[in-house]
Order: sequence, then C-alpha cells, then structure tokens
Amino acid sequence: MPYRENLGDVLLNVEDLRVIYKTDLETVAAVNGVSFTIKRGKTLGLVGETGAGKTTTALSIMRLLPSTTGRILGGKAEFNGRDIMKFDDLMLRAIRGNSIAMVFQDPMTSLNPVMTVGDQIAETIETHNEKISKNEVKKRVGDILTLVGIMPQRMSEYPHQFSGGMKQRVVIAIALACEPELLIADEPTTALDVTIQAQVLNVIKELRERLGTSMLMITHDLGIVARICDDVAVMYAGEIIESGPVEDIFSPKAHHPYTAGLFDSVPDLRSDAKRLKPIPGLMPDPTNLPPGCVFAPRCSRAMDICAREHPKKTVSGAHSLACHLFGGTGA
Amino acid sequence: MSENTPLLETAALRKLFKLRGGANLHAVDGVNIRIAKGETLGVVGESGCGKSTLGRVILRLIEPTSGQVFFNGRDIAKFKKRDMYELRREMQIIFQDPYSSIDPRKSVVEIIAEYMFIHKLFGNKLETFNRAAELMDMVGLARRYANMYPHELDGGRRQRIGIARALSLNPKFIVCDEPVSALDVSIQAQILNLLMDIQEELGLTYMFITHDLSVVKHISNNIVVMYLGQCVEFAAYGELFDNTLHPYTQALLAAIPEPNLESRLKEPKIIRGEVTSPINVKPGCRFAARCDYCMDVCRTRDPEFAEVSPGHFVACFKVSGK
Repeated sequence: MPYRENLGDVLLNVEDLRVIYKTDLETVAAVNGVSFTIKRGKTLGLVGETGAGKTTTALSIMRLLPSTTGRILGGKAEFNGRDIMKFDDLMLRAIRGNSIAMVFQDPMTSLNPVMTVGDQIAETIETHNEKISKNEVKKRVGDILTLVGIMPQRMSEYPHQFSGGMKQRVVIAIALACEPELLIADEPTTALDVTIQAQVLNVIKELRERLGTSMLMITHDLGIVARICDDVAVMYAGEIIESGPVEDIFSPKAHHPYTAGLFDSVPDLRSDAKRLKPIPGLMPDPTNLPPGCVFAPRCSRAMDICAREHPKKTVSGAHSLACHLFGGTGA
Repeated sequence: MSENTPLLETAALRKLFKLRGGANLHAVDGVNIRIAKGETLGVVGESGCGKSTLGRVILRLIEPTSGQVFFNGRDIAKFKKRDMYELRREMQIIFQDPYSSIDPRKSVVEIIAEYMFIHKLFGNKLETFNRAAELMDMVGLARRYANMYPHELDGGRRQRIGIARALSLNPKFIVCDEPVSALDVSIQAQILNLLMDIQEELGLTYMFITHDLSVVKHISNNIVVMYLGQCVEFAAYGELFDNTLHPYTQALLAAIPEPNLESRLKEPKIIRGEVTSPINVKPGCRFAARCDYCMDVCRTRDPEFAEVSPGHFVACFKVSGK
C-alpha cells in the first residue's frame, strides 16, 4: 500500500472503520468503512450534513463512543503506527488529552460551571505530568491562556463570566494544554456568531502554525474548509464519497454529485441568482441503507446500476471519489 | 424608502427590559423600519442585537415600551386584546427552532388546524382538516404524514409544518425568525425556495430575521443591519453588498468564510472584541469600542440614521458626518 512508504509523514491512518449503534429495537449503521489519513502538520476537513457520521468517526478515534450502544465492528486507526482500536484503558488514558485532544461543538456545555477556568486547564496538565510543581502548572496555564488571546489574570474566573467566543477559546486552551500531536475539532465554531467565528478560526490557524499540530476539522461549512483545511473528505450516510486535497475539491473538475449538490445549495454572496439549487429529498435512514450507492435515491444523475451496485473508489492522483459516473464500478 | 404605501411601519420603536436593581436592557432602541406590500425586509445582526425582539414587538408578542407600529396605516401598538385577536389572522410568525415551537402531543394535521379552530375559520371539523391537507400540499408535505407526530419527522419537515401553520389563517404579513438556521444546507435551500415560491403565489410580505448575510441576500428586497438594538445600515439588497458603508456591515461581510479558495489567500479583516453589554448603554455609537475608524465624537453622541444616497441609510459619523 502506498502510504507505507512514507509512514513517517502519516500521523493518523484510519482504515475501513465500521461503527454501529445497537439498541433493542434497531441497528444504526453510523460509519460504514471509512478510510483516511492525516499527515503530520496538516489539517483534514471532514465535511457532511447532520447524521453523516462525522462525530461518530471522531468519537471512535478517541474510543469515546457511548459504551451501552456504540460498537466498533472493525477497522483500525493507527496513530503513530499503533492501532488505537487495540488499546486498553490505561493506554487510552495516556493518549487522550495528551497526544490526541478534542474540542467539542458546544462551549457552553463542555466546561465545568463550578470550576475556575484556570483549574480546568490545570487539570489536564496535572493528569498527564505527575511530577510537576504547582507553580509550574500555574505558569503553563498562564502561557496557554495568552496563546489563545485571554489575559492570564482571568484564570481564576468561572465559565459564566466569559462570553461564548471566550469559552470556546478556553476549551481550545484545555485541548492544547499538553501540546497534542492531533487536535480533533468537532464543529468548533457552529455555536458562535460570524465575527467571533472569524476570531476563533484565526486563533486555531495561528496555533497550528506555531505548534505544528495536525488537525481533524469536522464541519458542515464549506467556507471554513476553504479557509483552513489542507485536505477534505466529504462524508455521506457513513461513507466518505469523495476526498482529496482542498485544491481538487474546490476546483471545477469532476465531482461526486453530492459534493456538487452541496456547493450548489450554499447561498453564494457573489451570485445574483434568486433561487437556490437544493438537493432533493433527505439523507437515507441509517437503520435501512439502500443496497447500491447510498446517494442514489437523491441523485439527479442516477443510473440503473446505482441502485444495485455499491460504487468502488476511483482514484486520480490524490483525489478519489466513489461514483458509478466516473467508472466507479471497479469491475 | 419605497414608492408604494408600506404595509408595515415602525416609528421610534423601543423595548427596554427592566432588570433587577433598576437597570434597563436596551433590546430594541428607537427602530424605524418600513416594509412595502409584497416585499421582504431582511433583518441581519449577531445574537443579542435585538432582531428577534424586534420581530416579536412588531407582532405584540412582547409589548413595546414606547413607539408606534403601523400595520396598514393603523397604529397596532394601541390595539386592545379583542382587536389583536382579529389582527392575528393577518400577521403570523415562523419560529427558529422547529423542535421546540410545535406541540409534541399533537399530530401534524392537528397542529396545522389548531389556529383555524381558534379563529373558527370553518363551520366544521371536516372542512378545517381538508384545508389543513391543502396547506400540507402547498408546503410540500406528503399527506401520509398527516397523522404522524412531530418526533417522527426530521427538522426540514417540521419547519414545513411551522410554515403551513403560519399560512393557515391566510395572513398578509409573516415574520420569519431564523427559519432555516437550525437546518442543514441542503434542506435550508429547500425551505428558502419554498418560502420564496409561497410569497410569489400568495403575495405575502415578509420580515426575514437572520444572522446569515448570504441567506438574506437571496430572499430580501431591502436589508437592515442591526447592532445592539439599533439600525446601523439600511439599503436595497444590491446596494448593501456593492456599496457597503457602515464599518460594522463591512466587518460582518468580511467575517463570512466563503466556499472558494481565493478566500484562503487573503487575510480576513477581523473586528476585535465582542458585543458590548446592552444594559444601561451610554450615549455614543454602540459600535465605537470595536470600530477601527472611531473618532472622539463617536464616543459622545449618537450618530443620526441619515440618508446618504437615495434609499441608503447609515448611522455613522465617518460616513455621513451626522
């Protein structure tokens, strides 16, 4: 396999990941054979609509799926060459928050309301550095707050004294406290206003450059992808249907009809067209996915084969897509 | 602003919320807007700028503190309860969150028929439910959903219920309070197209409240930008985007990440700071603390909402000198 040759560059290699949520009543096929790699120092944007399986993918990498319902059926996630899926609890504890950190969507609920902001950042540092002095922890908390643009004097304040944008910076500060190699950001700016979103995105961009952190950026906003991602993977109904460098995804070449539809349905500031071009229909029910291409029921270019056969990946350079239109039969 | 007589007009409309300790929260502070019949006014601003309160004060779901609201030339701010009941047929609202704005214990057809029962639009149940079914066709909800409950439907379909319900009394004017912000992009486009089609078919007038400038561009004839309870810029949609004057509007536009690669190269102009508190605001431009062009006068006096070119109003000392 090609990526073996430059293993040194690859930080995270996810291969054929399959995740289901199982309850007494039904089985939800949330992630169905997802593969991607994140190179050192690069940012991968995972794009898709609600229910596409983006967050489930991220939670599986961290092994944080709800234990009662979520099951990882198969696949691997090699982080620095070691498969996280085979880790025991102790090994997971060692990497969570230390080498892989996560920023959640909603800054209002991901902070502890009865703990000062400084203590919450210190908690992460102390967990992963047992023999560190109180003073040194305090110094590092101050440094990390400065890094995300908050005055260190505010470390003894509580989350309710901060605004939404500031809270999200605190969450980012916690995630960066141990200088992780990989930062997973799950829609970090969705809950924020545009002007604050621009500020937070800039903080993320700057930090990435300064610390050389790799990132998995989960978002539904193609504008954010254009601004900060190096590679893009488009997810639909638990599958990656198109992936490649950001230049390929945003260039007007051959695209998966779903990717094209996504671009068409975003209201464009520059066009004068009054009507939007939505994708008709809805995402398929994940408890009952269609047998062929998962997008076929909504696709305007669907052919007979699409309903029967699952398309295989067609690769050209770094750009790959799974669609019968582009010889995806792979027969 | 517009040649024909406005369907809705507000004059110095204010809503102050009294807080404990006698402080006032200035949610809507002296807003003058005008919406002509059959047109759409887009109201844009960040969270906390008072845009939703404005929508609700206009419908008198929240009572205004002072000022007037003229609907068809009559000042409805003075209407008695009985008159308001009659007026509700003509003014409706579509709410932001399709999950919490509809009754989870009623079936789809019951939700849509509820307003018609309250206003006794039809003599009997059968006629009412038939009308509800027609409304379902109009908003693109298959009739097989009629007896389902909201939890069985997704966000896009629920928002269609909200739209059908708002249309059920044949209103002339609808306040759309962020009707698409809880929805995915592909569904958002479906709902926006539906709202535009219905407007054309029924000759409705909309006030479209949103935080997303790119959404408002598609649907509005005129756009008003709000900041901390006040209007800072008003213009026709083309004019606002081609000739953006107020520094806040410029910053809002610059902050939107555009889905193309050119935006990657240019360093976005970012406004510093956050929205200041709307509690007991001091005189002076409310954007002054975050503004790059702030002058001494900005901190002492309120700028006038002045017409700088025909139909283009701006409240900024740098732009208009007033």
